[in-house]
Amino acid sequence: MSFPWAEQYKPQHPVMQWMDEKLPLPRLVYNAIGAGYPVPRNLNYFWNFGVLAGVALVIQIITGVIMAMHYGANTLVAFGTVEQTMRDVNAGWLMRYAHANGASFFFIVVYLHIFRGLYFGSYKAPREMVWLLGLVIFLLMMATAFMGYVLPWGQMSYWGAKVITGLFGAIPVVGEPIQTWLLGGFAPGNASLNRFFSLHFLLPFVIAGVIILHIWALHIPGSSNPTGVEVKGPQDTVPFHPYYTAKDGFGLGVFLICFSVLLFFAPNFLGHPDNYIEANPLSTPAHIVPEWYFWPFYAILRAFTVDFFFVPAKLLGVLAMFASILLLFFLPWLDTSPVRSGTYRPVFRKYFWILILDVLILGYCGGAPAEEPYVMISQVAAAYYFAHFLIILPLISRFEKPLPLPNSITDAVLAKYAKADGEPAAVPAE
Amino acid sequence: MVRIGAFFVGLFFAGWLLISFLFGAYSYVTEPPAKTVEHEFHLAPKHVSFSFDGPFGRYDRQQLQRGFQVFKEVCSACHSLKFVAFRDLEGIGYNEAEVKAIAKQWALKTPDVDPATGEMSTRDPVPSDYFPKPFANNVAAAAANNNAIPPDLSLMTKARHHGSAYIYSLLTGYTDQAGYKNAKGQELLKEFPDAKTPDALHFNPYFANLNLAMAPPLAADDQVAYADGTKATVDQMAQDVAAFLTWTAEPKLENRRTAGLATIVFLLIATGLAYMSYQNIWADKKKAA
Repeated sequence: MSFPWAEQYKPQHPVMQWMDEKLPLPRLVYNAIGAGYPVPRNLNYFWNFGVLAGVALVIQIITGVIMAMHYGANTLVAFGTVEQTMRDVNAGWLMRYAHANGASFFFIVVYLHIFRGLYFGSYKAPREMVWLLGLVIFLLMMATAFMGYVLPWGQMSYWGAKVITGLFGAIPVVGEPIQTWLLGGFAPGNASLNRFFSLHFLLPFVIAGVIILHIWALHIPGSSNPTGVEVKGPQDTVPFHPYYTAKDGFGLGVFLICFSVLLFFAPNFLGHPDNYIEANPLSTPAHIVPEWYFWPFYAILRAFTVDFFFVPAKLLGVLAMFASILLLFFLPWLDTSPVRSGTYRPVFRKYFWILILDVLILGYCGGAPAEEPYVMISQVAAAYYFAHFLIILPLISRFEKPLPLPNSITDAVLAKYAKADGEPAAVPAE
Repeated sequence: MVRIGAFFVGLFFAGWLLISFLFGAYSYVTEPPAKTVEHEFHLAPKHVSFSFDGPFGRYDRQQLQRGFQVFKEVCSACHSLKFVAFRDLEGIGYNEAEVKAIAKQWALKTPDVDPATGEMSTRDPVPSDYFPKPFANNVAAAAANNNAIPPDLSLMTKARHHGSAYIYSLLTGYTDQAGYKNAKGQELLKEFPDAKTPDALHFNPYFANLNLAMAPPLAADDQVAYADGTKATVDQMAQDVAAFLTWTAEPKLENRRTAGLATIVFLLIATGLAYMSYQNIWADKKKAA
C-alpha cells in the first residue's frame, strides 16, 4: 500500500541495487519504517508508544535469552539458579532486574498505546484489523507474563500458578480435568514449570510474528492521527524517516530514563517480597496477588460473590474476567460514531475519563486484600466497566452530536500554530 | 445484532455486580467485619537509618563486618545462609587470607564424602563453599526448634516489606504482652483475651501474627565482643546484623547504583541531543504557513 506520493526506494550503491533485485528487504524496511511511509504530520506524543512497545519486546527477548542460559527449569533448583544469576553471573543482576522490570514497562507502554487507541478511536474502520491484532498481542503478552512470573519458583510464582490454573477448574464438568492437563499434575510441579518455561520462551517470538501482521495491517490504511480526519493529500503527511524516527528517538530516550530509574534504583518496587521466598506448597501466603498489570482483571474476577441461581459465583467471575478483555474485540462495532477522535466528541470524552478512573480504581482494589470495603468498591467499578463498553458507548455513539471537524489535518495544524503565534485562528476554508 | 447482544451481556454483568454489591453492603452494615488482633496490634517497622539508604547510599564495610560477627556468633546457630559463599565475604572488606581463615575456623563443617571409603564425612569449609547449614534437613530443624523451622536468611531483607528496618525492629521489638497497649491506647489482652501468646512462643508486635517461635536472640548488651571496639548495645547489634543481611540479599547494590548513575547521565545527554535533532528536523513543519 501507500499513498501515491510516497517516496520510492532508489538504491544508489551497486551492492544495494544487486540486493534489491534478489531480495528487496531494504525496500521493505524503507517502505515500512523509512522515508517510504507517509505519516500524518500531526501525531502527538501518544503515537510514540507503538515503537516503544517494540523496543520493550526486544529488551525482553535479549535479557530473557541470556537469563535462559543460566536457568534450570526444575523445581529443585529453579529458585537457586535465579539467585545464582543475580550473584555470580557477570551482570546477571542487571539482566534479571531488566527482565523483571522490563515486563512492567512493556505493560506500561502497551496500556498507554491501548489508551491512545481508545481515546482517538484508532480501532474504527478502516483500522479494525490493526486493533484486533493488537488485542491478540495483548492476550499473548498476558499469557507470557503470567508464565514468566512462575519461573523463579517463589511463593507468589507457585500460588499465582495455582490460582490462575484454578480458574479453569471453575468450568463445569470438564474444568478439573482441564486444570490437571494444563498443570501436568494435580498441583503446580515440575511438569508445570517445564512447560511454562518452554512456552515462555516460545510466545515472545509468536508475539513478534503478530506484531509484523499488526504493522502490515496498519500500513494498508496508514496511521491514524489526533484529529481522526483521514489524510487528504501530500500536504497532510511527512515521511516516517526522518520526521518520526527523530521524534521516536527522543521518546525512546525518555522511556529509557524512566526505565533506568526503576531498574537501577528501585528494582524491587513493583515486585512482591513473597517471591523472594522459595515456593512452599504447604504454606499459603496471607494475600495472593498477581503482578500489578493484572490487578484490574483480578478485581473483576473477585467482584462476583453471589451465585446466579445454579451458576457459582467463581464461574461468573472467571467468565467476567475473560469477557472484560474479549469485549474489546467487539469495540469497532459497538462504537458506531463516524467521528474517531475523542477531541471532537464531548459526551464520549466525559464517559471515557470516567472509564479511565474506573480502571485505576479496579487496579487499586485488585492489589488490595480481598476484604471489605475493597470488594464492594470493585463491584461498583466492575459494573461500570461492563456498562461503559456494552451499554453506554453504543448509546453515546448513536445520540451524541460531535463538534465540527477540521477540514483537513493541515488546516488543524496551521490553526494550532497560528494560535501559538498569537494570530487569530485561521478560519477553515469552506 | 452485535449491539443488542452486547446490551444484554452488559446488563447481565453490570446488574448482577450491583446486586452482589447490595448483598455485600447489607451484610457489611448488619454484621461489620470483626477486627482482628493482627489488624489492631501489628506494627509497621520502626524508622531506622542506614548508610545504604537513598539512591546513592553505600554499605559501611565496618558495619557489615560487625553484622557478620553477630550472624556468626548468634544467628548462625539456627539459621542457614545458603546463597552466600565464604568467598563472597571479600565483598565486605576481608582479604583472601582472612576469608580462608574464617572458612577454616567456621564452627559448622561442610558435608563431604570420604574419598577413601565413600562414607559421608565432613571437612573444614574452604572459600568456595557456601555457608554450611546448621541442620541436615527441615525435619531436624523443626525437631530442634519446637516445631518451627528457622528460615534461611540470605534473602530475608528482600522477602519482607522494608526488610532492613523489619529485621532491626523484630530484633529490638520483643516486649511483655501483659499490659501491652497500641498507639490508640487499647490494651491487647483486654481487647482480645483469646490472643494470649502460647507458652512456647514469644510476643513481638513487629511479627506478622504477633507471636514467634524465636526467643529474643539479642538478649543483653555486650553479647558480642566487637573486634573493632564498638560498644555492642542490643540496638547496635540489631542495626549491624540488619545491614549485614541487607548485603547478603543484595550484594550487588553498589555496582547497581554506580552503573545506574552512569547510565542515567549518559541517557540524559543522549535524550537532550535527540530532542534537539527532533526540533531541528521538524523546524520547517512546526510553524504557521
